[in-house]
Amino acid sequence: MALRITVNGEERTVDADPDMPLLWALRDHLQLTGTKFGCGIAACGACTVHMDDFPVRSCSIAVGDAEGAEITTIEGLDSPAAKAVQSAWQDLDVVQCGYCQSGQIMSAVSLLEETPQPSDEDIDAAMSGNVCRCATYVRIRAAIHEAAKRMEG
Amino acid sequence: MLAKRASAAPLDRRRFLIASASAGAGLVIGFQILPKFAHGAAPAAGPLKVDPNAFVRIAPDNTVTVLCKHIEFGQGTHTGLATIAAEELDADWSQVRTEHAPANAALYNNLHWGPVQGTGGSSAIANSYDQLRHAGAMAKAMLVAAAAEQWNVPAGEIAVAKGRLNHAGSGQSASFGELAELAAQQTPPSEVTLKDPKDHILIGKHAPRVDSKSKTTGQATYTIDVMRPGMLTTLIARPPIFGATVASFDATEALQMNGVEEVVAVPQGVAVVARDFWSASKGRDLLSIEWDESTGETRSSDQIMAEYRTLADQPGLVARQDGDSDAALASAAQVLESNFEFPFLAHAPMEPVNAVAEITQDGCEIWTGSQLQTGDQMTAAQILGLSPEKVTVHTLYAGGSFGRRATPDSDMVAEAVSVAKAIDGRAPVRVLWTREDDVQGGRYRPMYFHRLRAGLDEDGKLVAWQHRIVGQSILKGTPFEGMLVQNGIDLTSVEGANNLPYAIPNTLVDLHTTDIGVPVLWWRAVGSTHTAHSVEIFIDELAEAAGRDPVDFRRELLRDHPRHLGVMELAVEKSGWGEPLPAGKARGIAVHESFASFVAQVVEVSLDGGTPKIERVVCAVDCGRPINPDQIKAQMEGGIGYGLGAILHDEITLDGGRVEQSNFHDYVPLRIEEMPKVEVHIVPSEAAPTGVGEPGTPPIGPAVANALYQLTGERIRSLPLSKHELRGA
Repeated sequence: MALRITVNGEERTVDADPDMPLLWALRDHLQLTGTKFGCGIAACGACTVHMDDFPVRSCSIAVGDAEGAEITTIEGLDSPAAKAVQSAWQDLDVVQCGYCQSGQIMSAVSLLEETPQPSDEDIDAAMSGNVCRCATYVRIRAAIHEAAKRMEG
Repeated sequence: MLAKRASAAPLDRRRFLIASASAGAGLVIGFQILPKFAHGAAPAAGPLKVDPNAFVRIAPDNTVTVLCKHIEFGQGTHTGLATIAAEELDADWSQVRTEHAPANAALYNNLHWGPVQGTGGSSAIANSYDQLRHAGAMAKAMLVAAAAEQWNVPAGEIAVAKGRLNHAGSGQSASFGELAELAAQQTPPSEVTLKDPKDHILIGKHAPRVDSKSKTTGQATYTIDVMRPGMLTTLIARPPIFGATVASFDATEALQMNGVEEVVAVPQGVAVVARDFWSASKGRDLLSIEWDESTGETRSSDQIMAEYRTLADQPGLVARQDGDSDAALASAAQVLESNFEFPFLAHAPMEPVNAVAEITQDGCEIWTGSQLQTGDQMTAAQILGLSPEKVTVHTLYAGGSFGRRATPDSDMVAEAVSVAKAIDGRAPVRVLWTREDDVQGGRYRPMYFHRLRAGLDEDGKLVAWQHRIVGQSILKGTPFEGMLVQNGIDLTSVEGANNLPYAIPNTLVDLHTTDIGVPVLWWRAVGSTHTAHSVEIFIDELAEAAGRDPVDFRRELLRDHPRHLGVMELAVEKSGWGEPLPAGKARGIAVHESFASFVAQVVEVSLDGGTPKIERVVCAVDCGRPINPDQIKAQMEGGIGYGLGAILHDEITLDGGRVEQSNFHDYVPLRIEEMPKVEVHIVPSEAAPTGVGEPGTPPIGPAVANALYQLTGERIRSLPLSKHELRGA
């Protein structure tokens, strides 16, 4: 079935069953592989994208339900918060294996757009759904604080 | 390459037969790790023969590419290896790139392992340090020779710095890129001068990660991202208990699913081959399979542990013996005994394992996060009846491994190649594992039972120590057996126990190796994941029995081990050990050597209701000369987090042989709110550099347990902590 979704500002057509998870439509059909598969049950956050500016787990959204929404993936991030987050992430060398980091960054960008000066508790609450098996958590926290500073200045 | 392997050392016929037995089909293609290259040993003496062109490529566009024989799966190896080469080359860090080297045992073997290319045992920097210094220095010499030739000046007058060559006298200057082609024509020098470490500008300083940019923009490619033209995606239905086989299957409904192209039997189970993940997944759900469970492992983990407890009453194979510990125990003033129980653990890397195989006219191409490239190459070759050099292995970044990708039988590559073969090579095949496949798929850190007994004399001196370990061998029946199983003892079962640094005159370490049908594998820090835990908790118990502070007690016992003492004293100093803490908080310490690096951790914990809160970890590490201090810090942070998650939450349990956990809701990962503050202090050292990928993990468990004891008054001797009701004393 031909489904039309808007991804990173472009209208795209996906020929798939409407119950296919948005994650796999993005990855297998649109070759947008920056969004990752980690668990399939919304427990790890690796698949986080923005849907109408809200962070969602794309493994648990049916592509049929994404019609009409604006989807932003890691490849399409382009905002002051995104620039601050990505540059802080790079300068602090947050990543290790990097596989969870697209999801981490998507969640962090949403947090900072909502809460420009988050406390540690705000960070824990917003980021708790993003698992990192390399445990880069110390640097994720530091990078979010650094990004907040950069957005201010 | 077989010819090279044969010439490397005389091949013992008995080990040759072991390889063929484990290969199963009678074809003796399998690699052997030769025993003289024992775990962690220095490479054979003799002049280092390095081909600089194998490791350093300089392009006319002025980029310097360091070819890394080791896989980058988070541990920072590409950054570290490139730092070493770039230092001697005098490249500018901004021009440095890295690439995974191809599979080639002659050029890219792990120098600690013999003719095998692979990453593990935290050995990348240790085995590469001299090799890459030479490669970088040789490449620099070739650039200088090229400049000397082009400028017609003596080589000795040419200075090299930050990617440029300069001849002060004539004012001539060029970038690496401008001289690249001419340099490539030079003969590599037979001797080079290496830098004096006091002149280092990259080693020991800050060199940012080479992969941060691609991993923060969604650009980095992992195996799961590989797209080959016409590629088909496969999910395999695997047995519900380990060792069961397919009796029969009905694929009628699966084949009717939109997108499913074929359903084929493979040695590992039933493979659903489809146009995308979703079709394969829905197709697999529609398979009807009858399993023959008669050959499967049906025991529960409770049964297994009960068997282990019973076995521990009997003497095992002796791994270490000093003096007469039985006699010393018999005459000791105080005898303590403690038992420890450890569960199966899954690795659960964020990227579930996977591989892509494409059969071509000439052979086969593989894409995978390969931790054992030449093993993967040989396994693929064996399955397809090819000679190994016809198999090209493309190693990609992996989304974590923690040991999971170092399977001696190359399981994920074997699966992809088997499916490709089963569909007659008509399309490239990727095999993906779901998280459920991963959590339930075996290759676990084994279960272990430990019994420790020790004796103190009237003065509280430790006079006897006995440590009995019961558990599976990771390496029996694998190509690593020759190197790591000696006299029936799998060294990875006893490491951390048989090299006890504490000065005790009478010791005994013995081992029972068990036969359980659950496939097991090395898990970050391997033997030390359980030996450090029991040893460091038991030492604390003995300190208490002797009426001594845990640090004072260790200080005396470590008197012959300056590097253990060094990390302990640094952690003690930086943590404020001995200074009072607010009520409800307590400290614990653990000190452990693994993979030739030394780590001490002091933790501060509290209890929130019954939940332990690990608030602060002060970590001291001695890994010899630090190559990249920030990356050492990162690996300590990561190793601590990895170990902490496991001890807090994790166990894989079996019920009637069936794995009870299936995803992150019940195999629970550490989350950001549970991560403590971590302070890392690196001991300054000029010793040969050693690894940091694993050594941060062993101490966290026992340090936390020792701290919790101060709060609860109860020793916790089985894991995970979530099994226990913790109450403040």
